Amino acid sequence: MKDLIAGLNKVFESRIRLGIMSILIVNDSYDFNNLKETLNVTDGNLASHLKALEEKGLIRVEKHFVGRKPNTSYIITENGNLLFRQHLKALEDLINAK
Amino acid sequence: MEKNSTSAEELKTIRSIMEESTRFLSLSGLAGVFMGLAAILGAVLVHIIVLENGSLRLDAYFSYLAISEVDRIPWGIISIALAVLLFSAAVAFYFSRRNAAKSGRSIMTPVAKRLLISLLIPLVTGGIFSFILMFQDLYQLIVPVLLIFYGLGLVNAGKFTYSEVFYLGLCEIVTGLVAIFFPPLGLIFWSIGFGLMHIGYGIYMFRKYES
Repeated sequence: MKDLIAGLNKVFESRIRLGIMSILIVNDSYDFNNLKETLNVTDGNLASHLKALEEKGLIRVEKHFVGRKPNTSYIITENGNLLFRQHLKALEDLINAK
Repeated sequence: MEKNSTSAEELKTIRSIMEESTRFLSLSGLAGVFMGLAAILGAVLVHIIVLENGSLRLDAYFSYLAISEVDRIPWGIISIALAVLLFSAAVAFYFSRRNAAKSGRSIMTPVAKRLLISLLIPLVTGGIFSFILMFQDLYQLIVPVLLIFYGLGLVNAGKFTYSEVFYLGLCEIVTGLVAIFFPPLGLIFWSIGFGLMHIGYGIYMFRKYES
Protein backbone atom coordinates (compact mmCIF):
# COMPACT_ATOMS: atom_id res chain seq x y z
CA MET A 1 0.00 0.00 0.00
CA LYS A 2 2.84 2.31 0.84
CA ASP A 3 4.29 2.02 -2.66
CA LEU A 4 0.99 2.88 -4.18
CA ILE A 5 0.62 6.16 -2.38
CA ALA A 6 4.26 7.11 -2.75
CA GLY A 7 3.72 8.59 -6.22
CA LEU A 8 0.84 10.78 -5.08
CA ASN A 9 2.14 14.28 -4.67
CA LYS A 10 0.82 16.43 -1.87
CA VAL A 11 1.17 19.54 -4.03
CA PHE A 12 -1.65 18.32 -6.23
CA GLU A 13 -4.12 17.63 -3.48
CA SER A 14 -6.27 20.64 -4.25
CA ARG A 15 -8.80 20.30 -7.05
CA ILE A 16 -7.87 23.68 -8.42
CA ARG A 17 -4.21 22.75 -8.67
CA LEU A 18 -5.16 19.51 -10.38
CA GLY A 19 -7.24 21.53 -12.80
CA ILE A 20 -4.44 24.00 -13.52
CA MET A 21 -1.95 21.20 -14.16
CA SER A 22 -4.41 19.27 -16.34
CA ILE A 23 -4.80 22.27 -18.60
CA LEU A 24 -1.14 23.21 -18.74
CA ILE A 25 0.06 19.69 -19.48
CA VAL A 26 -1.92 19.60 -22.75
CA ASN A 27 -1.56 23.26 -23.79
CA ASP A 28 1.67 25.08 -24.62
CA SER A 29 0.52 28.01 -22.53
CA TYR A 30 -2.70 29.33 -21.06
CA ASP A 31 -3.50 32.78 -19.73
CA PHE A 32 -5.00 33.79 -16.42
CA ASN A 33 -8.45 34.74 -17.64
CA ASN A 34 -8.91 31.59 -19.65
CA LEU A 35 -7.77 29.47 -16.72
CA LYS A 36 -10.27 31.28 -14.54
CA GLU A 37 -13.08 30.69 -16.99
CA THR A 38 -12.29 27.05 -17.67
CA LEU A 39 -11.93 26.17 -14.00
CA ASN A 40 -14.72 28.44 -12.85
CA VAL A 41 -12.89 29.88 -9.83
CA THR A 42 -12.38 33.33 -8.34
CA ASP A 43 -9.39 35.56 -9.09
CA GLY A 44 -7.91 35.36 -5.61
CA ASN A 45 -8.31 31.65 -5.29
CA LEU A 46 -6.73 30.95 -8.65
CA ALA A 47 -3.90 33.41 -8.06
CA SER A 48 -2.90 31.84 -4.76
CA HIS A 49 -2.78 28.34 -6.23
CA LEU A 50 -0.81 29.56 -9.24
CA LYS A 51 1.62 31.23 -6.89
CA ALA A 52 2.07 28.01 -4.93
CA LEU A 53 2.70 25.97 -8.07
CA GLU A 54 5.12 28.59 -9.33
CA GLU A 55 7.05 28.58 -6.07
CA LYS A 56 7.45 24.81 -6.29
CA GLY A 57 8.87 25.24 -9.78
CA LEU A 58 6.05 23.31 -11.44
CA ILE A 59 4.89 26.14 -13.66
CA ARG A 60 6.43 29.38 -14.85
CA VAL A 61 4.91 32.75 -15.57
CA GLU A 62 5.25 34.79 -18.71
CA LYS A 63 4.06 38.38 -18.78
CA HIS A 64 3.55 40.26 -21.99
CA PHE A 65 1.29 42.85 -23.53
CA VAL A 66 -1.65 42.22 -25.82
CA GLY A 67 -2.08 45.66 -27.33
CA ARG A 68 -2.03 47.78 -24.21
CA LYS A 69 -3.35 45.20 -21.85
CA PRO A 70 -0.95 43.22 -19.70
CA ASN A 71 -1.44 39.50 -20.09
CA THR A 72 -0.11 36.75 -17.88
CA SER A 73 0.37 33.27 -19.28
CA TYR A 74 1.37 30.14 -17.48
CA ILE A 75 3.56 27.39 -18.85
CA ILE A 76 4.29 24.01 -17.30
CA THR A 77 7.96 23.37 -16.47
CA GLU A 78 9.75 20.14 -17.28
CA ASN A 79 9.75 19.24 -13.63
CA GLY A 80 6.04 20.03 -13.35
CA ASN A 81 5.33 17.86 -16.34
CA LEU A 82 7.27 14.96 -14.82
CA LEU A 83 5.73 15.24 -11.35
CA PHE A 84 2.18 15.59 -12.66
CA ARG A 85 2.60 12.53 -14.87
CA GLN A 86 3.85 10.59 -11.86
CA HIS A 87 0.82 11.78 -9.93
CA LEU A 88 -1.53 10.62 -12.69
CA LYS A 89 0.24 7.29 -12.85
CA ALA A 90 -0.15 6.87 -9.09
CA LEU A 91 -3.86 7.63 -9.32
CA GLU A 92 -4.24 5.05 -12.06
CA ASP A 93 -2.31 2.46 -10.10
CA LEU A 94 -4.52 3.06 -7.10
CA ILE A 95 -7.60 2.35 -9.14
CA ASN A 96 -6.16 -0.69 -10.86
CA ALA A 97 -4.90 -2.14 -7.57
CA LYS A 98 -8.36 -3.22 -6.52
CA MET B 1 -12.26 1.59 -1.08
CA GLU B 2 -13.21 5.21 -0.64
CA LYS B 3 -9.74 6.32 -1.65
CA ASN B 4 -10.26 4.23 -4.73
CA SER B 5 -13.45 5.93 -5.86
CA THR B 6 -12.15 9.44 -5.23
CA SER B 7 -9.08 8.65 -7.31
CA ALA B 8 -11.33 7.49 -10.12
CA GLU B 9 -13.39 10.64 -9.75
CA GLU B 10 -10.26 12.77 -9.80
CA LEU B 11 -8.92 11.10 -12.91
CA LYS B 12 -12.25 11.59 -14.63
CA THR B 13 -12.20 15.30 -13.86
CA ILE B 14 -8.62 15.59 -15.07
CA ARG B 15 -9.46 13.83 -18.33
CA SER B 16 -12.45 16.04 -18.99
CA ILE B 17 -10.50 19.23 -18.26
CA MET B 18 -7.75 18.07 -20.62
CA GLU B 19 -10.28 17.33 -23.33
CA GLU B 20 -12.22 20.54 -22.87
CA SER B 21 -9.11 22.71 -23.05
CA THR B 22 -7.83 21.05 -26.24
CA ARG B 23 -11.05 20.43 -28.15
CA PHE B 24 -13.85 22.74 -29.13
CA LEU B 25 -16.96 20.68 -28.40
CA SER B 26 -19.71 23.21 -29.00
CA LEU B 27 -20.10 22.55 -32.73
CA SER B 28 -23.65 21.60 -33.62
CA GLY B 29 -24.91 19.07 -36.13
CA LEU B 30 -27.91 21.28 -36.82
CA ALA B 31 -25.59 23.93 -38.25
CA GLY B 32 -24.31 21.32 -40.69
CA VAL B 33 -27.83 20.53 -41.86
CA PHE B 34 -28.66 24.21 -42.48
CA MET B 35 -25.33 24.79 -44.23
CA GLY B 36 -26.05 21.85 -46.52
CA LEU B 37 -29.54 23.09 -47.33
CA ALA B 38 -28.18 26.57 -48.07
CA ALA B 39 -25.55 25.13 -50.42
CA ILE B 40 -28.18 23.17 -52.35
CA LEU B 41 -30.50 26.16 -52.49
CA GLY B 42 -27.58 28.21 -53.82
CA ALA B 43 -26.89 25.63 -56.52
CA VAL B 44 -30.56 25.64 -57.53
CA LEU B 45 -30.57 29.45 -57.72
CA VAL B 46 -27.46 29.45 -59.88
CA HIS B 47 -29.06 26.84 -62.07
CA ILE B 48 -32.24 28.87 -62.48
CA ILE B 49 -30.35 32.06 -63.27
CA VAL B 50 -28.49 30.35 -66.07
CA LEU B 51 -31.50 28.39 -67.25
CA GLU B 52 -33.01 31.57 -68.56
CA ASN B 53 -30.77 30.96 -71.54
CA GLY B 54 -33.34 28.54 -72.77
CA SER B 55 -31.65 25.25 -72.26
CA LEU B 56 -33.76 22.97 -70.14
CA ARG B 57 -31.28 20.18 -70.26
CA LEU B 58 -29.01 20.09 -67.27
CA ASP B 59 -25.97 18.74 -69.06
CA ALA B 60 -26.38 21.14 -71.96
CA TYR B 61 -26.46 24.07 -69.60
CA PHE B 62 -23.49 22.83 -67.64
CA SER B 63 -21.31 22.44 -70.69
CA TYR B 64 -22.57 25.79 -71.84
CA LEU B 65 -21.51 27.33 -68.57
CA ALA B 66 -18.06 25.83 -68.76
CA ILE B 67 -17.18 27.08 -72.22
CA SER B 68 -18.74 30.29 -73.44
CA GLU B 69 -20.97 33.14 -72.40
CA VAL B 70 -19.43 32.90 -69.00
CA ASP B 71 -18.73 36.59 -68.64
CA ARG B 72 -22.33 37.41 -67.94
CA ILE B 73 -22.68 34.84 -65.23
CA PRO B 74 -19.78 35.09 -62.76
CA TRP B 75 -20.99 37.94 -60.61
CA GLY B 76 -24.37 36.33 -60.06
CA ILE B 77 -22.69 33.11 -59.10
CA ILE B 78 -20.17 34.83 -56.85
CA SER B 79 -22.90 36.73 -55.02
CA ILE B 80 -24.85 33.54 -54.41
CA ALA B 81 -21.72 31.65 -53.32
CA LEU B 82 -20.76 34.45 -50.92
CA ALA B 83 -24.31 34.55 -49.54
CA VAL B 84 -24.13 30.79 -48.90
CA LEU B 85 -20.74 31.23 -47.22
CA LEU B 86 -21.88 34.09 -44.98
CA PHE B 87 -25.08 32.29 -44.05
CA SER B 88 -23.08 29.15 -43.20
CA ALA B 89 -20.63 31.05 -41.01
CA ALA B 90 -23.51 32.78 -39.21
CA VAL B 91 -25.37 29.52 -38.67
CA ALA B 92 -22.23 27.74 -37.37
CA PHE B 93 -21.60 30.62 -34.98
CA TYR B 94 -25.21 30.79 -33.79
CA PHE B 95 -25.56 27.09 -33.03
CA SER B 96 -22.11 26.86 -31.43
CA ARG B 97 -22.95 29.72 -29.13
CA ARG B 98 -26.24 28.09 -28.26
CA ASN B 99 -24.52 24.78 -27.48
CA ALA B 100 -21.83 26.53 -25.46
CA ALA B 101 -24.40 28.44 -23.42
CA LYS B 102 -26.33 25.24 -22.75
CA SER B 103 -23.31 23.55 -21.20
CA GLY B 104 -22.06 26.70 -19.49
CA ARG B 105 -18.97 26.93 -21.65
CA SER B 106 -17.56 29.99 -23.32
CA ILE B 107 -17.31 30.21 -27.10
CA MET B 108 -14.15 32.30 -27.41
CA THR B 109 -11.75 29.88 -25.77
CA PRO B 110 -8.09 29.54 -26.80
CA VAL B 111 -8.90 26.28 -28.58
CA ALA B 112 -11.76 27.94 -30.48
CA LYS B 113 -9.28 30.48 -31.81
CA ARG B 114 -6.88 27.74 -32.87
CA LEU B 115 -9.74 25.91 -34.56
CA LEU B 116 -10.72 29.03 -36.50
CA ILE B 117 -7.18 29.83 -37.59
CA SER B 118 -6.48 26.29 -38.73
CA LEU B 119 -9.72 26.26 -40.72
CA LEU B 120 -9.34 29.73 -42.19
CA ILE B 121 -5.79 29.50 -43.54
CA PRO B 122 -6.59 26.78 -46.11
CA LEU B 123 -10.09 28.19 -46.69
CA VAL B 124 -8.97 31.75 -47.47
CA THR B 125 -6.14 30.38 -49.63
CA GLY B 126 -8.72 28.37 -51.58
CA GLY B 127 -10.95 31.43 -51.92
CA ILE B 128 -8.12 33.56 -53.33
CA PHE B 129 -7.06 30.70 -55.55
CA SER B 130 -10.61 30.48 -56.95
CA PHE B 131 -10.69 34.20 -57.72
CA ILE B 132 -7.42 33.84 -59.62
CA LEU B 133 -8.81 30.86 -61.54
CA MET B 134 -11.83 32.95 -62.42
CA PHE B 135 -9.73 35.77 -63.84
CA GLN B 136 -7.78 33.17 -65.81
CA ASP B 137 -11.05 31.82 -67.22
CA LEU B 138 -10.51 28.43 -65.59
CA TYR B 139 -14.06 28.22 -64.29
CA GLN B 140 -14.33 24.46 -64.42
CA LEU B 141 -11.64 24.17 -61.73
CA ILE B 142 -13.32 26.44 -59.19
CA VAL B 143 -15.68 23.94 -57.58
CA PRO B 144 -13.00 21.24 -57.23
CA VAL B 145 -10.59 23.78 -55.76
CA LEU B 146 -13.15 25.04 -53.26
CA LEU B 147 -13.99 21.49 -52.20
CA ILE B 148 -10.35 20.47 -51.87
CA PHE B 149 -9.27 23.53 -49.88
CA TYR B 150 -12.36 23.37 -47.68
CA GLY B 151 -11.55 19.70 -47.04
CA LEU B 152 -7.97 20.58 -46.14
CA GLY B 153 -9.29 23.23 -43.74
CA LEU B 154 -11.54 20.67 -42.05
CA VAL B 155 -8.74 18.11 -41.80
CA ASN B 156 -6.59 20.79 -40.21
CA ALA B 157 -9.33 21.98 -37.86
CA GLY B 158 -10.32 18.43 -36.96
CA LYS B 159 -7.44 18.30 -34.48
CA PHE B 160 -9.24 20.84 -32.32
CA THR B 161 -12.76 19.46 -32.30
CA TYR B 162 -14.70 16.23 -32.88
CA SER B 163 -12.71 13.74 -34.95
CA GLU B 164 -15.67 13.40 -37.34
CA VAL B 165 -14.76 16.84 -38.72
CA PHE B 166 -11.45 15.35 -39.85
CA TYR B 167 -13.23 12.59 -41.75
CA LEU B 168 -15.71 15.02 -43.29
CA GLY B 169 -12.66 16.91 -44.52
CA LEU B 170 -11.25 13.77 -46.15
CA CYS B 171 -14.59 13.18 -47.91
CA GLU B 172 -14.60 16.76 -49.22
CA ILE B 173 -11.06 16.36 -50.57
CA VAL B 174 -11.98 13.14 -52.38
CA THR B 175 -15.13 14.74 -53.79
CA GLY B 176 -13.06 17.68 -55.03
CA LEU B 177 -10.49 15.42 -56.68
CA VAL B 178 -13.19 13.37 -58.41
CA ALA B 179 -14.92 16.59 -59.52
CA ILE B 180 -11.84 17.57 -61.54
CA PHE B 181 -12.64 14.70 -63.94
CA PHE B 182 -16.14 16.02 -64.63
CA PRO B 183 -15.76 19.70 -65.46
CA PRO B 184 -19.36 20.22 -66.66
CA LEU B 185 -20.82 18.83 -63.45
CA GLY B 186 -19.53 21.53 -61.12
CA LEU B 187 -22.92 22.34 -59.64
CA ILE B 188 -23.67 18.68 -59.00
CA PHE B 189 -20.39 18.20 -57.14
CA TRP B 190 -20.96 21.45 -55.26
CA SER B 191 -24.35 20.09 -54.15
CA ILE B 192 -22.85 16.77 -53.12
CA GLY B 193 -19.82 18.18 -51.28
CA PHE B 194 -21.28 21.26 -49.66
CA GLY B 195 -24.89 20.07 -49.61
CA LEU B 196 -25.49 16.38 -49.09
CA MET B 197 -22.30 15.75 -47.12
CA HIS B 198 -23.03 18.56 -44.68
CA ILE B 199 -26.58 17.33 -44.22
CA GLY B 200 -25.47 13.74 -43.68
CA TYR B 201 -22.70 14.81 -41.32
CA GLY B 202 -25.07 17.14 -39.47
CA ILE B 203 -27.72 14.49 -38.91
CA TYR B 204 -25.09 12.01 -37.77
CA MET B 205 -23.54 14.49 -35.32
CA PHE B 206 -26.87 15.64 -33.98
CA ARG B 207 -27.99 12.10 -33.25
CA LYS B 208 -24.67 11.13 -31.75
CA TYR B 209 -23.98 14.12 -29.50
CA GLU B 210 -27.08 16.23 -29.12
CA SER B 211 -30.12 14.06 -28.70
